[in-house]
Amino acid sequence: MAEKVLMKGNEAIAEAAILAGCRHYFGYPITPQTEVAAYMAKRMPKIGGTFLQAESELAAINMVIGVASTGKRAMTSSSSPGISLKCEGLSYLAGCDLPALVVNVERGGPGLGGIQPSQSDYFQATRGSGHGDFHMIVLAPASVQEMAALTMKGFDLADKYRMTSMILADGTMGQMMEPVVLEAPEPVVYEKPWALTGTDGKRPHNIVNSLYLVPEDLERTNFARYERYRTVEENEAAAESFMTEDADIVVVAFGIAARVSKNAILAAREKGIRVGLIRPITLWPFPKAVIAGAASHAKRFISVELSMGQMIEDVRLAMDCARPVTLVNRAGGMIPSPDEVLAAIETAQGGLKA
Amino acid sequence: MTTQILITGFGGQGILFSGKFLAYKAMMEGSQVSWLPSYGPEMRGGTASCSVIVSDSAVGSPIVTRPDVLIAMNLPSLDRYESAVVPGGIIIADSTLIERGVNRADVRAFRIPATQMAADEGITTLANMIIVGKLIRECDAISYDNLDEALAKVVSARHKEMLDLNRRAIDVGYQYEG
Repeated sequence: MAEKVLMKGNEAIAEAAILAGCRHYFGYPITPQTEVAAYMAKRMPKIGGTFLQAESELAAINMVIGVASTGKRAMTSSSSPGISLKCEGLSYLAGCDLPALVVNVERGGPGLGGIQPSQSDYFQATRGSGHGDFHMIVLAPASVQEMAALTMKGFDLADKYRMTSMILADGTMGQMMEPVVLEAPEPVVYEKPWALTGTDGKRPHNIVNSLYLVPEDLERTNFARYERYRTVEENEAAAESFMTEDADIVVVAFGIAARVSKNAILAAREKGIRVGLIRPITLWPFPKAVIAGAASHAKRFISVELSMGQMIEDVRLAMDCARPVTLVNRAGGMIPSPDEVLAAIETAQGGLKA
Repeated sequence: MTTQILITGFGGQGILFSGKFLAYKAMMEGSQVSWLPSYGPEMRGGTASCSVIVSDSAVGSPIVTRPDVLIAMNLPSLDRYESAVVPGGIIIADSTLIERGVNRADVRAFRIPATQMAADEGITTLANMIIVGKLIRECDAISYDNLDEALAKVVSARHKEMLDLNRRAIDVGYQYEG
């Protein structure tokens, strides 16, 4: 077994990508994800890979499109303002049905915002990462080990469904160190008959393209893509449930907010409050069935977010607004404290008695 | 049992390094650990802090808000975090750089002239590790055993000569009476 080491979340993403067979990284530095690029710059030349610091975020995402077209695993990483710049490319990746991995180690916004952690790109990641109808698979790690595991899984899901996978982390997850064991996954071969690998004069040309001037044709690609999205929604939604079996109150939180919430839940349990946590691991597809299942016994929900309240919409939709959902949130780089979450749990408990 | 350690001071004092050493040491003792730096526009001379959590169960939030142990290597840090320490907790202050005493009566407070001791020992950059030595003596979460193995994890192989100096700094702090 590989050695247990202390590693930053950003470094774990980079090493996991390499272990998953990624040999093409394109990026542009921005706090708080720069360690991903720094790690790649150090390692890629030693293993025959490509590290390229592009002239801009736009250039980097278009280089990813180029490599992805050949069927090779490619990735880029950035933080919130840089991801906004990449959004055009994300739409083109979707239009071309190309697999790719994109990492967003979020910071506070909007605009240039700040450099402290945030989760306020939830809408952007799950709804509007560019023009046109499309989705990305969005994965939300809550530990350094999971930063690595979801990076590997992200590449697999991308190849399997010909989609972009996004790791949606935040500055805390990127900067913190935790013990991690990194091992290469069992290699899985994904057939890519669409890839631009050269015909050797033996087959017709493949074309990777997102331009369809005949609306009937363009509509057909959209319907086909959403057929695939339905399969992803059926098979790939994932969440961790913690102390939810008997819960009257369910906290929903992902990433760093879930870590903070766990402290509060353990403190509330000591006070005899029956409260649990649902931690979405996939943000798209959102684990609707897990939320709806909990709504069959839980009376109240609390959404804890480092944003002005974005995931809370999905929590409500997942259970058709069957239960009240309150928001505990900080924004702009601030993080809710366990005490703030505990206070909301106690308020919800008071509401149950009333 | 969870011990929350907050290490604070100026950038350039080795705040993050000493936290990394403690996290490695605790991990090698079989504990669950997390290490979280303040990050951003801090630089040499600015403020720096580092949250280290050592636990026998999975670490929840990696952010230390109520430290069991506070290391303060400058006055602004002691001013800012003294009141946050849990009752019965530990405060270790570098008395070379912080003239005032610790005001809290409900904590175990230790004042150690680490910066002066480092100068006297000819290891001026290692006041942080002298304080780490004092922490190891006063805090049960980190043991005195196998220090060299843990140091080897955090001291770059290119600077092997620093292993012995770091070890000496820890021992000087560990042996300090006061």
